[in-house]
Order: sequence, then C-alpha cells, then structure tokens
Amino acid sequence: MIGAMMASSYNEDGHITVSGPGGGTLRSKKPENTAFKQQRLPAWQPILTAGTVLPAFFIIGLIFIPIGIGLYVTSNNIKEFEIDYTGEDVSSPCFNCSQSFSWNSTRPCTCVIPFYLEQPYESSVFMYYGLSNFYQNHRRYVKSRDDSQLNGDMESLLKPSKECEPYAMNENKPIAPCGAIANSMFNDTFELFYNDPNGTKVQIPLSNTGIAWWTDKHVKFRNPGLNNPNLTAAFQGTTKPVNWRRPVYELDSAPDNNGFINEDFIVWMRTAALPTFRKLYRIINKTSNMVPTLPRGNYTLEVVYNYPVRSFDGRKRMILSTISWMGGKNPFLGIAYITVGSVCFFLGVVLLIIHHKCGNRSNSADISN
Amino acid sequence: MARESEDPAMTKASKVKRQRKKKPKENKTRTVHANILYDNAKGEENPNRHYANNEIKTTKYTLLSFLPKNLFEQFHRFANVYFVFIALLNFVPVVNAFQPELALAPVVFILSVTAIKDLWEDYRRHRSDQEINHMDCLVYSRAERRYVEKYWKELRVGDFIRLRCNEILPADVLLLSSSDPDRLCHIETATLDGETNLKQRQVVRSFYDLDCDFNPLKYNSIIECEKPNNDLNRFRGYIIHRSGRRDALYKENLLLRGCTIRNTEEAVGIVIYAGHETKAMLNNNGPRYKRSKLERQMNVDVFWCVIILLVMCLFAAVGHGLWMFQYGDKRPVFDVLSPEGTDLSPIMSAIYLFLTMIIVFQVLIPISLFVSIEIVKICQVYFIHQDMELYDEETDSHLQCRALNITEDLGQMQYIFSDKTGTLTENKMVFRRCTVAGVEYSHDANARRLAMYQEMDSEEEECTSHGGTLPRRDSVTSHQSARVVLRSQSTKSHRRTGSRAEAKRASILSKHTAFSSPMEKDITPDPQLLDKVNDCSSQMDFMRFHSQPTSQLPSDLADIIDFFIALTICNTVVVSSPNQPRQKVRMRFEMKSPVKTIETFIRRFTPSRLTSGSNNSSSSSLITNRSSNKGCSSLLSSPSAESTLTKLDEEQTPRGLEHAFSPVPPCYDGKGWNLEEGELRYEAESPDEAALVYAARAYKCSLVGRLPDQVTVELPHLGKLSFELLHTLGFDSTRKRMSVVVRHPLTDQITVYTKGADSEEIQSSFFCPWKRQKKIVNRTQNYLNLYAADGLRTLCIAKKILSKEQYACWLQRHLEAETAIQGREELLFESALRLETNLHLLGATGIEDRLQDGVPETIASLRKAGLQIWVLTGDKQETAVNIAYACKLLDPEEEILTLNADSQEACALLLEESLHYIQAKFLCSSTEQIYSSSSPSSHSSSHTAAPFTVHRLGLVIDGRTLAYALDKSLEDKFLAVARSCRSVLCCRSTPLQKSMVVKLVRNKLKVMTLAIGDGANDVSMIQVADVGVGISGQEGMQAVMASDFALPRFRYLQKLLLVHGHWCYSRLANMILYFFYKNAMFVALIFWYQFYCGFSGSAMIDQWYLIFFNLMFSAFPQLITGTLDKDVSAETLQQLPQLYVNGQNSEEYKPYMFWMNMIDAFYQSLVCFFIPYFAYADSDVDLFTWGTPITTLALFTILVHLGIETKTWTWMNWLSIAFSIALFFTVALCYNASCPTCYTPSNPYWTMQRLLQDPLFYLLCVITPLVALLPRYFYRACQGTLFPSPVQVGRQLDKLPAETRRNILSLSRVKVGSPLSPKPPFLSLTKPSPEVCNKKDQRSFPGSKTSQGPVLQTVQQSGRSPLGPTDTERGLSDLYTLLPTEIDTLPYTKDAPPLSGGPHPPSSQDSECLDKTLEAADLSLSSWITSTPLLTQTDSVQLKLPPDGDSQCVTYTRSSEEGLKSDHSVHPAQRTEQAADQSLHTIL
Repeated sequence: MIGAMMASSYNEDGHITVSGPGGGTLRSKKPENTAFKQQRLPAWQPILTAGTVLPAFFIIGLIFIPIGIGLYVTSNNIKEFEIDYTGEDVSSPCFNCSQSFSWNSTRPCTCVIPFYLEQPYESSVFMYYGLSNFYQNHRRYVKSRDDSQLNGDMESLLKPSKECEPYAMNENKPIAPCGAIANSMFNDTFELFYNDPNGTKVQIPLSNTGIAWWTDKHVKFRNPGLNNPNLTAAFQGTTKPVNWRRPVYELDSAPDNNGFINEDFIVWMRTAALPTFRKLYRIINKTSNMVPTLPRGNYTLEVVYNYPVRSFDGRKRMILSTISWMGGKNPFLGIAYITVGSVCFFLGVVLLIIHHKCGNRSNSADISN
Repeated sequence: MARESEDPAMTKASKVKRQRKKKPKENKTRTVHANILYDNAKGEENPNRHYANNEIKTTKYTLLSFLPKNLFEQFHRFANVYFVFIALLNFVPVVNAFQPELALAPVVFILSVTAIKDLWEDYRRHRSDQEINHMDCLVYSRAERRYVEKYWKELRVGDFIRLRCNEILPADVLLLSSSDPDRLCHIETATLDGETNLKQRQVVRSFYDLDCDFNPLKYNSIIECEKPNNDLNRFRGYIIHRSGRRDALYKENLLLRGCTIRNTEEAVGIVIYAGHETKAMLNNNGPRYKRSKLERQMNVDVFWCVIILLVMCLFAAVGHGLWMFQYGDKRPVFDVLSPEGTDLSPIMSAIYLFLTMIIVFQVLIPISLFVSIEIVKICQVYFIHQDMELYDEETDSHLQCRALNITEDLGQMQYIFSDKTGTLTENKMVFRRCTVAGVEYSHDANARRLAMYQEMDSEEEECTSHGGTLPRRDSVTSHQSARVVLRSQSTKSHRRTGSRAEAKRASILSKHTAFSSPMEKDITPDPQLLDKVNDCSSQMDFMRFHSQPTSQLPSDLADIIDFFIALTICNTVVVSSPNQPRQKVRMRFEMKSPVKTIETFIRRFTPSRLTSGSNNSSSSSLITNRSSNKGCSSLLSSPSAESTLTKLDEEQTPRGLEHAFSPVPPCYDGKGWNLEEGELRYEAESPDEAALVYAARAYKCSLVGRLPDQVTVELPHLGKLSFELLHTLGFDSTRKRMSVVVRHPLTDQITVYTKGADSEEIQSSFFCPWKRQKKIVNRTQNYLNLYAADGLRTLCIAKKILSKEQYACWLQRHLEAETAIQGREELLFESALRLETNLHLLGATGIEDRLQDGVPETIASLRKAGLQIWVLTGDKQETAVNIAYACKLLDPEEEILTLNADSQEACALLLEESLHYIQAKFLCSSTEQIYSSSSPSSHSSSHTAAPFTVHRLGLVIDGRTLAYALDKSLEDKFLAVARSCRSVLCCRSTPLQKSMVVKLVRNKLKVMTLAIGDGANDVSMIQVADVGVGISGQEGMQAVMASDFALPRFRYLQKLLLVHGHWCYSRLANMILYFFYKNAMFVALIFWYQFYCGFSGSAMIDQWYLIFFNLMFSAFPQLITGTLDKDVSAETLQQLPQLYVNGQNSEEYKPYMFWMNMIDAFYQSLVCFFIPYFAYADSDVDLFTWGTPITTLALFTILVHLGIETKTWTWMNWLSIAFSIALFFTVALCYNASCPTCYTPSNPYWTMQRLLQDPLFYLLCVITPLVALLPRYFYRACQGTLFPSPVQVGRQLDKLPAETRRNILSLSRVKVGSPLSPKPPFLSLTKPSPEVCNKKDQRSFPGSKTSQGPVLQTVQQSGRSPLGPTDTERGLSDLYTLLPTEIDTLPYTKDAPPLSGGPHPPSSQDSECLDKTLEAADLSLSSWITSTPLLTQTDSVQLKLPPDGDSQCVTYTRSSEEGLKSDHSVHPAQRTEQAADQSLHTIL
C-alpha cells in the first residue's frame, strides 16, 4: 500500500509523461469487483445494546462468582504466620540489636523471639523473610548489577560493568559480585526451634536449596572458572562487596550452593517488584504424612540480627506459610472475582430493566417513529 | 534568476563594471542570441551561457547528499526532532532510562522507513529524468550545416531545432518557420492543460514572408523577452533585427515544452527557455500539502499530551525530590550513589529524574501515530480509488485523489460551492432554438430529436440492466416508437446526452476532437428558418450576379444571413478533417497578414482598391475543398484562383506522403460511425462555440476553414466566401463577449460581429436608430427571458458596420494599445469596449446545457445531509435560477430573496432589509438566532452554522451586487442573510468573486468548505476551499490540476462525501482517539508504579516491551480497523444522508472525547496496575515477573477495547488481533529464552515461561481486562439502548433484513423528523412555523403591537436599521414593510415608463393587484406555481430600472409568501415612500 502511495504521489509531480503517439493503454481502468476492494468483506457486526449485551453480563456473573468462592476458600486454607522482629519497640527482644547496629559492626547480635502456632502446618512450610519500605525496585538500584559477572564470565569478574558503579571496584580490586544489589544483600539468619511440650528445644531442619528459580541457579548464575572446585582460587583477585562480612566464596559450605550459585544470593538478586516484599528463605520439608510439618505449640526463632533497616524506616519480618496451587495466602483475587461477578450480575439486572423499559424503543419501530 | 545575479562575481573583474551597468536591464528581460553565431567562441563568450540548459533534474538528492539532506528534511517534522532528542537523552548516563541503543531503535525505524520511501521515489524520478533527458531532437549544427540528432539535455538556449509532426517539444521554442503554407504550427497541449483541441501557433511575423526554407545561418536577430515565468498564457517580448526593426512577440509565437506538434510537417524554432526554466517545468509544483481539520484537532490534542507528559514528569520529579528528602542524611542502601560515588542532592536528582521521566513516558506522544495515520490514509485513498461506483464507464476514468492527506475532510464538509456549467450540467451544449430579427424559431423537431436521445438512452439502460444478452440494437429500434410516449412521462429525471454506446464513442473521439458529441452535430433545422435562409442566399446570389448592392435585401433577410455568418465566424473554432489532418489547402491572399500598421492600412484602402475591391476580393477568396460542391467552380474566374489550383496540385504529392505518416484516426465501430469522407470536424475551445457552428452548418452555412487572417464559410447558393479576418477580440469574463472584425467579401464593408451574454449587450450596446430596431430588441429580450426561463444559455448576436474612417480611427488606438508595454491588457480591454458599442442586434440563440445525471437527487441528498449548497455561476440570473430549479437547488415552495443592487448603498440597504425581513418572518422559530447573527463575528467562534439554515429561503444575488456585498463593510451582513437561507445562488460571478465568497464563508463562519468545478474559472475557488474537487469533464484539466479530488461526474460527489467521507472520517477519528487512549493507558501504568518505587523512574515493564509495544504488538489491529471499519453500510449511508451530520459536527472526535478517553485510559491503567498489585502484594514476586503480566494485561485490555470500538469484524480484524497476541507471546518467549545474561537491567530470562505455568497469571488475564472494560462496555450498551446516536440507529438498520429496512427507510424519508436527525430536523421544525408566523402576523398587523408582545419588541429594537424611523410604531411597521421599493418591483413595471426622479407612490392599482394575488395565494395558487415555476418566475422578474435610477433594489417573492408580502404592501403608502426617500438620501 505504500507502493500505491508512491505511485500516485509520483504522478502528482506532474512530470511530463513521455509516451509516443498511439502508445496509450487500451486496458480499462475499471476497478476490480472484489469483495476486498469494494469493501464488502463479509463481516460480523455486533451492536451493543442492552438486549444484546445482557446475556454476557449474566454469564460473567455466573462464572465469576463460583471461581471467586473457590479462590477465596483456597486462599483461606493457606496457613500463614508472621513475626515482625524489627525491634523498633522497646519491648521487642530485638530492640537492643536494632539500636546498636550498623553495617560496619563486626559483633553479631542475636535475638530470640518466642511464638506460638495455634494451628499445625500439615504440608511443607515455606519460611520467608519480609522487608518493608525497602525500595529494591529503585531504578538505579535495579540496574546496579553485572549479569555477565554473575554468569561466571572471567572478564567481567575482573572488570565489572560500569552499571555496577560505584560498587564496581574497591581498593582497586574488582568487587565480586559487584553492584548495589549484591552489596545490600540481606544477611540476617534464622534458626527455628520447636519447644516440645516436655521442655526440650528441637531445632527444625531448614532446607536452603530449591528456594531459587531452577533456571537462575543452573543457567543465569555460574561460578567463574568452569567447574573449578576451588572457588577461592576462582575468585582470586577480587574483593568482597563493601557491606559483606565474608567473601562470596564463603557463603555456604556446600560447594553446589556457594559462590554465585548460592541460593540465598540468587534469591536476593531477583529484585522485588514492590517496596514491601518477602523473599523465600528456607523450606521446611514435609517429612511424613503422619506428623504435621509444624505441629501447634511454642516455637523459638533465633535471629542473628545483621541487617540495618532503621535508616529507611524499614520493617523486617519472618513469615511461615504453606502454599497452594495459586501461591501464598492472598484473598484478594477471590474477593475480586466474587465482587466482579456480583457487579456484573447486578449490571445485568440493570440492563434487563433498561431493556424492558426502553428496549423496544431502540428497535426498528423506533426509527420510523 | 538568482544565478544571473550571481554572474558578475564569476566573470572577470574587467567585465564586472560593464555587466553591472547592464544589470538593471537584464533583470527585467532575457536576451537570446542564436548559438550558432558563437559556436567558435565556446563557453565564455556565448551570451546565452548563463541560461539553464535543457537537462532536467527533478531529483531531490544525489547519492552523496541523500543521507544528510533526507535527514534534514525529516527533521523538519517536529515530532521527529522530539523523538531523536529523547533517544539522544538516553545516552546521558545520569538520566538514561533505557539501553541507549535500544531507545534509538524506534526512531531509526521510523526515519529509515521514510528515508527508504523517499529514496525509492527519488530513484523513480531519476529514472524518468534520464528517460526524458535522453530523448532525441534535431538541432542545427553550424559545423555540419545541417540538423543533427542530439539528446534533449544537450539542448541550449539559442539553439535552432527542427520539429517534426507528432514530436514532443523539448523546450520552449519560438516558432521561426513552419512548413505550413500559412506559417502555422498546430500543437496539442494536453500534457499542459489537458485540453485536447489543437491550437494554432504562428511564425514570428518577421519570418512570415520567407518563401524559401528558413536558414539558421542567416539568422542574426536578437530576442528580448520576459524572464522565465510560469504563466502559460503569457509571453511577451520582441525580436530585434539587424536592421534595427523590432517586432513584437506574443504567446502565439511560442511553442511550449511538453506539447506535441500536430498537423504540421516541420517547424523550426529557436530555444528561448530550456530545462527548468520552461513554463511547463515552472508550472510543475509538486503535490499539494493540506492539513485536514481532523489533523488540526489532533495536533491540539498532541499538544495536550505534551502537557500531560510534562505534568506527569514534574509530578514524578517533585515526588522523587520529596522521597529523597524524607531520608535526609541517612542514605538508605537502595538509593544508589551516582556512578562517581558522589551524593546527589534531592533537588539535583529531581531535575535529573525529570529528564529520565520524559524518556520513560515518551510513549505518551505516539511516535507511531503519524506513520500510522499516513498508512491508513493511503489505504483509504486506495479504497476510494477502487470503488466501482465512482468509476465512469463512458470516460473510462475514476475518481482521483490528488491530495493524499485530506480524505477525512470529506466527511466533515458543511458548505458546498458548486460551479454550474459543466459541474451540475453536462457542458455539452446543444443548440435548441433561436430568434432572428425578432422572430422566434422554436425548432420543435430539434427538441423531438433531443427527446429521442433521452429515450434511446434510458431504453438502452433498461436493456443492459434486465437482459444483458439481448441483442441491444434490436430492442432499441423495435420498441422505441412505442416507448417514447410512455417514457417521456416516467423518466423525466433521466437525462443523458445520448445512448451509452454513442457517448462512449464520443468519448473516444473526444480525445481527438474537443466538444463534438453526436448531439451537437445533428441538428434538425427549423423548416421555416431554413426556407428563409435559402431564400435569402439565393437572392443574394442573384443580386451579386447582377452586381446589385446587397443593401437592397429586405432587412430581416439580411439579418438572417448575417446571423448565420456571425454564428459561423464569430468564434475561434478550428476546422480539421478527421481523415486527412492536412485538409486545409488554400490559395493565399495577396495581402497575407491582417492590417497591422497604419501604413498598410492606408495602402490597402487606396481609392483604386476601394472601387475594384468588391469583386476582386470576393472572387479571389475562393477555396476548393474535396467535399465542396463542384458547382462552385463556376465561380473560379480570377487568375489567382487558377494559381490556387496549380498550388493544389503541387501540394497533392507531399500530402499523400504525409498521409502515410500521419496518425490514421482509428476506425471506430464501423456501423455507427461512418464518417463521411471529408466531413469537417470543429475543434472549439468551448462547447457553446461548437454548438453554434454546428447549428449554423445545419442551415448549410458551414465553416470550412479558419486561418489567422481569414475565415472561409460555405453558404448555400453563394458557395464559399472568405472573410478577411482583421481582428479577433477574444472572449473575456468581464466583457462577457467576443467580437471579430472582418471584411465582408460581398459588400467589402468592415463588419464587426459580436456575440455575447445578453443583458450586458442589450443594456449598453444597442443603438436604436429607428423604431423597428427597438421593437426587435424588445421582442428579442422577451424571447431571451423565455429562453432563460427554460434554462437555456442565451447569447445575443449582433453586428456593426464600420465606415473606413471609423475603423481607421479605432485601429489607430487599438494598435497603440497592442504595442503598449505598460497595462496592455487594460488598454486592449478598453479598445474592445470602444468597438463594441452601437451594435445592431441580429438575434439570439438558446443553447441547452443539460443537467448531468442524477444531479437533483445528489443535491437533494447532500442537502439532507446538512450540507449548504451554494451555486456560483457566471451565467445570467434567469438561466441560473432555472437551472437551480431544475436541479432542485431551489424549491418552488420556498421563498426567494433576490438581491440586485446598483450601488454600495443600495446593496447595504437591501441587505439590511433582507435581514429584517428574515427576522420578522421567522420570528417565532428563531428570534435570538437571527438577533445574534447580525453580529456574526461573535458567532464565528462557535462553529455552529447549521442552526441558521432552517429557513425555507433561497437567495439569488448577481455579480454586481455580490461585488458590493463582498465589501468589508457589508460582508458580515451578507453572510448573515446568506446563511439564513437554505440555498444561495450567485449569478454572473467572476472567478475572483467565486473565490472571495468561498474565502469569506470559510474564514468568517469557520466552516469546512468544498468547492467543485470543472473549468479554469473555478480554479481559484477550488484552491481556496478546504477541499477542492475538479470535474474531469469537458473543459480541460485546469480544474482537475488544481483540485484535491477529481471526479468524473457530479453525482459521484454523493458517494464520495456521504460514504467515503463518512467512513474516512469516522475511521480516522476513532483511530486517533484510540491512539491517544492506548498510549495514555500504557504510560499511566508506569506512572502509577512511580508511587511504589520512590519516583525513581523505574519501570516494571521490560524496556523491550515498552518500546515495541506501540510499534509492533498493538499496531496492526488498529491499522486494520482504521482502514476497514465501517460503522454503517454504504447503502444505509446513502439512503440516510442525515448520518453525514455526524462528521459535520465532529461527533466522532470532539474535544471532550479526548479527555473522556484519557480518563478511561487512566481508569483502565489503574485497574491493570492495581489488580496485579493486590494479587501480588507482599509476595516474593520480582520486578519483571510482576511487570510482564501487567504488560500482557495491558495488551489484552487494549485489544479488547479496540474490539468494543470495532463495528465490523471481518476475518482481517480477527487475524490481526490473533496476530498481535501471537506476536507478543512469540516475541516474549523467544526473548526470554534467548540470552541469560543480556538485556540488563531486566534480564528476563525464562520469565514468560514461568508465568505461563502460573495459574495466577491466567486468573489475572481473565479478570483484569474485564474489570477495565466493564464501564465502557456497559456505557456502550446503555448508550445503544437509551440514547443511540444516529449512526448507531443506522447500524441497527443495517442488521435488519433488506425488505424491512426498505420499508423503514421509505417511511423515514417521508418524515424527516425521526429521532435520526440529532437536531430538530428541517421539516418538522420549519413547516409549522411559517404558518404560525403568518397567522400571527396577519392577526397582529393592523393593530400594530398589541399581540406581538415582548418578542417582537426585542427584535424590532435589535434589528432596526439605522435609517429606520425612530418611534416604535414606525419601527414595527418598517419591520414589515420589507423593502421600500418592493411595490415598484411588481410584475410588468418594465413596460411602464421609467420612474422619473423620486419615489413612486404605490398606486391603488398596484394594491388591488396584490390583493388579487393574495386571494389566490392559497393552495391552488401554490400548486399552480409549483407546476409552472418558470412562468411565475419570469412574470415576477423585475427588470432593471434605467441606469440613472439610483436605488434599484429589486426583489420578488413567490408562492406562499405572497400573501404576507402583499399584506405589508397594502400598508400606508407613505411608509414606503419615506423609506425610499431615505434610501435615496443615503445614496445621494
């Protein structure tokens, strides 16, 4: 069609057309009689009136309300427990830690938080840490990483991308992993103990694998020096991020969870969408069908309080949650579906009334009136 | 020209001085020397070297300059600069939002698409330039002493070139020699102006006498002429011979580049202008660029978008500053320092952020909008081109869109200005009747013959429509006679100029012969007149034989023969014979050229010549022709005649030779079109000329040859007579007549034959020496009125015999005028006026110009569509009015205001009173409207013109009055009057007035105007209007060249406007609105997000999606919808023209709609943002895993939104939507799987893949678009039921089965007042109101203000003229006494003696007469009027008062309003008197 334009605009130029005498074309210029060219393509012409639209509203209502109820029930079946351990409050066990703490302090501060689970958690339980007011989605923050470095590229390891600035080099050594995201990695650690009714304190095993995306762990993130078992050597010549206590190759003892492929690190590197977010910390795997994963009773959470949030009025939480097919506990969608379904149903009724009162008028009879 | 002024700098310093002295002279003229004189001194010395050579280069670019130049041109578009600026902003690290390279992609894409398009166009231009530059022509070479072939591009100014028959002229050439014995050269100018008739060009006079071939070597003259200019019809200059003699050069001497040499074996000329300086190239000014109303409106909204963008950016910047500020010195970990590690203050980062936000939000200004609109328009143009119903089979032409970017304007027209001749009518003139010497010859047989044409045509149509296989001819002939009676009643509206087949043949023919349809040719002569002609000529023959002076002939017979001679020779018709183009053979006069100098004149009229001249010249002017009667040869007596014969013999051989080369006219359909051998064909510049010449031929008075100095006529009994043509004073639009000065071969008298528009001529030019003549004039005037009433074009034919002295006297001054350098045109005009006085009226002709097919229907439906139709014509008032009735422009039921004024003051008064009249009359319906309309300036701001047109009033105004009315002081009043009338008819208007009217309406009323016309006189109007439409009809191509759209016929305007205009408008309007919505909705998503990312300019939508969303993912469906969507079917649109109002009122795209769409966009984006927000609140979702669903949701919402707005779903719509979705997911999946480490910062590896496994994603996809679109959907449904727009009702009609629809439509046609028309429609509103009004008037009138109440009071106060009486009572009655001179304007006053001096008190007789009319003014009267509108009208036409009468306000009112009028006129006489007095005072 652009061609058509050019042809005609070319003719517009008013060039002297050079054609010898008798060179005229005898072909008729009559347009072709095709449905397309005559704009007569068969077409569906929906007309939006109360009468025609009516069924759609009822159908939507009828479908949405059951879905909403289903979603709501599903969401309600999810058990979730949350502890805020920021320690802003004086009564909080972590108050001391929160007050005395900064990024540079070397002495770890531990606080112990007891809590009571009123319901047993039957299936696997997911342990999250939650942060509020933490703008992990800040534009400059999000950019501040080097994906090639994280992918094990030696060159980037030693010469981080400028996106990492000003967290690319420290003391003339490249930082590994570079960038603000890595630098600000969450470094509180949790330990969960079950206070047996008989007084013993049982540590609950927390699995630290399987918390990151499979593709992240196996494709996106790779340690430098292909399959070099000696990570220390692989990271030779680099320095740890400023805020970190240990270098990256000491994140974990297990070799398949160390260095860049440490899952805690990977989880952190996936920047949250909203300033209030949670990140998966550990999974408490279901051991047997007979015993609930977390029976009801008293528990103790031991937090190694490292991460300062006071500077931005942040909150820190620990969340225990089971999940369903639709993820964590969130009644919103269920409620939304129910609401929308009801609204549609209601509008359907309104339309029905309109249709009955005025519908006849809009029909053909109306035109002749 | 710039080149020439630069020249001195280039030449040597010594020359500079000399050159500078010459410079002032050079600036005005161009001097051309022959090149061959300077062959040896190549280069430097050649005086012509500074002139452009003949190589043309229309390309814009060279290979090297393409990139910079093209980019430069593209950056003229502000949007491009903006987008590039934003893309470049991305390279600044502090503010960048996207990967800089990526951000460049869309801009580069858009720019390169345009660049490639430009490159391709340029290449095509280059190719065609090459082709043209390498054509051959013969150029004289001094070295070889002969003409050698050269390429066109090698041609230089000053070269001699030889041109052969059928060659195209390579440059503008001054004709120096022609092989033609008359030193003529025929050219066809079709490529320049589209006129296909042959034009004659003359050899420069000084080379006229050369007997032998022109020898370039002997040429040593210098030509001085104008600088190159683009006026095709002007060329001035002179040639200076070595002897110092100067000869003037005219446009007749110049052959223009691009024309084709015809009928001339060989011609030699010197190149005057070459290459780009030729007139053809200077005229070639590319396609026109207009900006449509919709686009203007769109630009306003683009501007609003910019404001919104800035506000959003500012908001974000302030937000960011505050967000930063709240942390104070405690720098949170997520607030990353600048790359240098320095800390940014909140204010600085706010400023940086502002720039970043502009980049992020750039999508709000839709980069693809401009490109998309262009694409959609091209598609629309394509579809309009392809429409079968706009294709005219007869001429094998279809609609041409010459302006590509104003298609949507077609849907918004409010005023149509139409030419009459050739636009409403066929412009195929047919001679109908004539009157000679006061005797009318009605030509009944001719009328019958014309009726037959009509029959045959409708017959044929029926045949083709019913049984295509039927043998056509048979059915026509067998049923014809039976059908005639039947048909003549049933198909009255069916007018056509002949059967289709015939018309087709004619159209093929017309490529060779201008204006000679079969209808013009066959004319059945009136037997009575034919007898008289025969009688007369035989008498003359007799008398000549007996050497009796012809003056003894009875004067009426002499008039008859003179009449026909005038018809035959008073024109510019060229004769050619179809079989042999060079039929013209003649013996030459001894005196070859017409008298051009006084000396020659005196020499020619020496006594000896005068005595012997009579016989000699007549006999020597004989001509032999193959078709001629052999009997004529008996008259060959003089020796010169013998020489003719020998010359003829000599020429026989070359002619035979040439015959082989000359284009043999194609043999058309052997049966029907057997041209008689030797039949003459007339090539006329205008169709009426041809019609008259053919008419004269029917009376055996045929034109057989025309040369510049001689016209040959063949008369019965007398044979061929040659009239020496002394002067031709061509037709011009101010004089409105043309004259020829000839020497009559029989009497040897110098005779002036004039033909011209009647009123002018009769008014000013007729000398009435004795009573008889006066009587004839009166009678002729009566017949003229009758003809005009019949809608015939009238022409008066007159003659004048000049004595030698008179002629000599006139000639002297004429020659002075001709040779004048300054103001030549004006002098010539005056000279012509001097000649055309004291004419003797011979007779008058009535030529019919038939209405085109379907014109009344088209006008009716266009008017129903709410279009105001004004007809601007050059025709005389009566003719125009009658054509207006015939084409239903004026309705017999409506009242007509006629404005004819003789002076500015009279015109002012007339307008004032019309205004009062309208106010008074339509008081009940629209008081306040009229009230306010007296100050139109205040109204022009609100562009509502429609409410003013409710009155059933027609306005007729003539050219002279129009000239006054268009004066600055009166134009507002004129407009106020004109726009309260339903139809306006401007007669006798000049082209300039036409354009002034259009300009006035366009500028003052702020309405969309369309001008349609077919001739050169409409060009200015076409150019002024918002949309110019040219009819590619009879009168050449000038109108088409100037137009935006070219139509083959007027009736196609209906579909073009009602269907294509409506579609184009609604499609484009919806698309533009959708574009704004789409971008706003998408951008708002990011805006909401800023609240959750600390206003940091972060986007959850991957930058790829962000950038390509508009360009790729959501682009196709809207293009398809924008191109193909039909809100209402073509049939319904045509049957319900009311739907057009939709576009006129811009209902699809009103300013508030933009804001509604914006609000909807913000709502939808809120939904699309917050449903995912809450669904993922406090979860472990990451930025882009959360952003990708939002993108998807936005895409779905946008597509479904389009779905709601789409009215017709073809498979292409489905396909495009499916394609969009598929494209998005494919791209997303590929993109997310392609590279695990690339695409920082989002690095969306495997995101989409994971999302597709997430049930939540699907749940979101279902609910979000639904919630987002629920309000719109619900609103549309309610609107469709509760308050459907007319268009929606039309759409509902479409859905009904065909039969029901037809019933409903026929119903609604009767009752226009259906809910379809958004405004109270015409009939229902106005129909009752005049009646009510009338009653009220009548009741209240005698008792003055008793029952009128406050309404009237206000009107009277507002509408009182400054001249009006002061006290209330007077004011009131003044209101009703419409026009002071009204009583004078009653019928038959023209027979009364001219009113002497003062006002004429209305006599009781008059009032009685009025009373009678009042009594009759009931239904029966009006029905009678309806049936015979013409009669009533001629009756009430008030002829002009004698010129000394000062205030000639002429009005007449008609039909139902007569009662009202007379009511007022009975009112006290002194009132009128007083008013008239006042008007007189004002004039004095």
